[in-house]
Amino acid sequence: MSGDAYIVGIGIHPFGRTAGRTGLQQGEFAARAALADAGVEWRDIQLAYGGSDASGNADTMVAQLGLTSLPFVNVKNGCATGGSALFGVYSAIRSGAFDLGMAVGFDKHPRGAFDPKPSDWGLPDWYGEVGLMLTTQFFAMKLRRYMDLNGISELTLARVAAKAFENGARAEHAWRRTPVDLETILDSAMLNDPLRKYMFCSPAEGGVALILASETKARALGRTGARIRAVAVRTRPAGSFEVFAPALTLERGPSPTVIASRAAFEMAGVGPEDIDVAQLQDTESGAEIMHMAENGFCADGDQESWIADGRTRLDGSLPVNTDGGCLACGEPIGASGLRQVYENVVQLRGAGGARQVPKPVRTAYSHVYGAPGVSGVVILQR
Amino acid sequence: MSSTRPIAPGIYTDDDPPHLIGGRHCDSGKIVFPLPADDEQYAPIALPTRGQLWSWTVQRFPPKSPPYAGAEPFEPFAVGYVELPGALIVESRLADVAFDALRIGLPMDLAIVPLRTDPDGTTVTTFAFRPAREART
Repeated sequence: MSGDAYIVGIGIHPFGRTAGRTGLQQGEFAARAALADAGVEWRDIQLAYGGSDASGNADTMVAQLGLTSLPFVNVKNGCATGGSALFGVYSAIRSGAFDLGMAVGFDKHPRGAFDPKPSDWGLPDWYGEVGLMLTTQFFAMKLRRYMDLNGISELTLARVAAKAFENGARAEHAWRRTPVDLETILDSAMLNDPLRKYMFCSPAEGGVALILASETKARALGRTGARIRAVAVRTRPAGSFEVFAPALTLERGPSPTVIASRAAFEMAGVGPEDIDVAQLQDTESGAEIMHMAENGFCADGDQESWIADGRTRLDGSLPVNTDGGCLACGEPIGASGLRQVYENVVQLRGAGGARQVPKPVRTAYSHVYGAPGVSGVVILQR
Repeated sequence: MSSTRPIAPGIYTDDDPPHLIGGRHCDSGKIVFPLPADDEQYAPIALPTRGQLWSWTVQRFPPKSPPYAGAEPFEPFAVGYVELPGALIVESRLADVAFDALRIGLPMDLAIVPLRTDPDGTTVTTFAFRPAREART
């Protein structure tokens, strides 16, 4: 291993819905913004990793950005697409073979996207026919058990959603930019008990690009404000509770998040108490709650008092999902994990404007999770 | 003449009472459900018919069709995981229970229930778990 790697440029295409612009074009938009932010040209980029879940091959954007002959690896890794792209560029730069690379992720999902077929998941047709082929049921059942075993209330679920929309209202790139009060959230339609309409994120569109540099290159560019201390991607271990499981073993095990988180903290040489701001996967509001514990920030059940006390709000001791997370930004699968890292760089720079965390931000944590059991954690430090 | 058929062969037996058909791995002894088709490494086993509710939710909105093929018009239904002692935790529809009576730990029994009626009048059945007789109110 050679020296450290840094994020020297960030670019984002606003999340939500953009008519007339493909997912790939939103990725290109983000790439150009990241290049401009880093103060480099496309021809300076020595390698790229990129991907989308449903919007085509990232490497085709060279037609628009320039035919510079760089190696460009396409990533298709579900919800970990962005995290895996970042991991690829990070590893290449840390190997010492490259000085400057780009990770890019984008997607454009229509309304009500994500309709998995049983056969694509190795499941029999009856599983879908009887009405079990729904990701939302999995989220609800993981959460129901967690709430009952650890004393988490429905009010706490609503508080997480309300915080997300409050933060999203302050983030230029967010999709949902109107605050929603607790009463409206608690009165909204129940979809899969205990989860209501405003507690779920939606499929969306967006693109994010990050420019990574070696220490030497980052110093030359004068951009050493976001050092990558850890990138860990882990798939599910035995006994992890994941989506679309007709049966579970009696012996339960940890989630991939627990494993990725421990690996990242060890790699970074820091602990949960050192983290100043965290972006945690919030596919639904209960996921944010469970992921607070799975990532080691609190004990199971402590979320009830943490959230009531406002500890995860922008002015709290551990602000979580400062741009509103997936609940306010929506989830373009290929871009979602990179959005979290983008937001952390913004917070490290103190450039968050109305959503800037008021306390000094030195160490920032991001965690992406997706089907069928993959988690990616990135720790950045100023 | 109306007839009845299971939603698929090989999920549960048609004896009385019926059992879910799981598989036991010949080497490791690991138990799975459903029994993998055409895999000689798994021997079929009858799973316990009584268990405890491990978690649950209610499907309040109609799932997309396909793959969903339940009764029309749509009525919300409960689903859950039921822990079968000594075997595994099975995902299933839940039947004959008020949604507000669902709670983790509820004793549950296997039942075969109608899922839908096909255009030719055939009743298609599936497995479900319902509160054990003594737990029903």
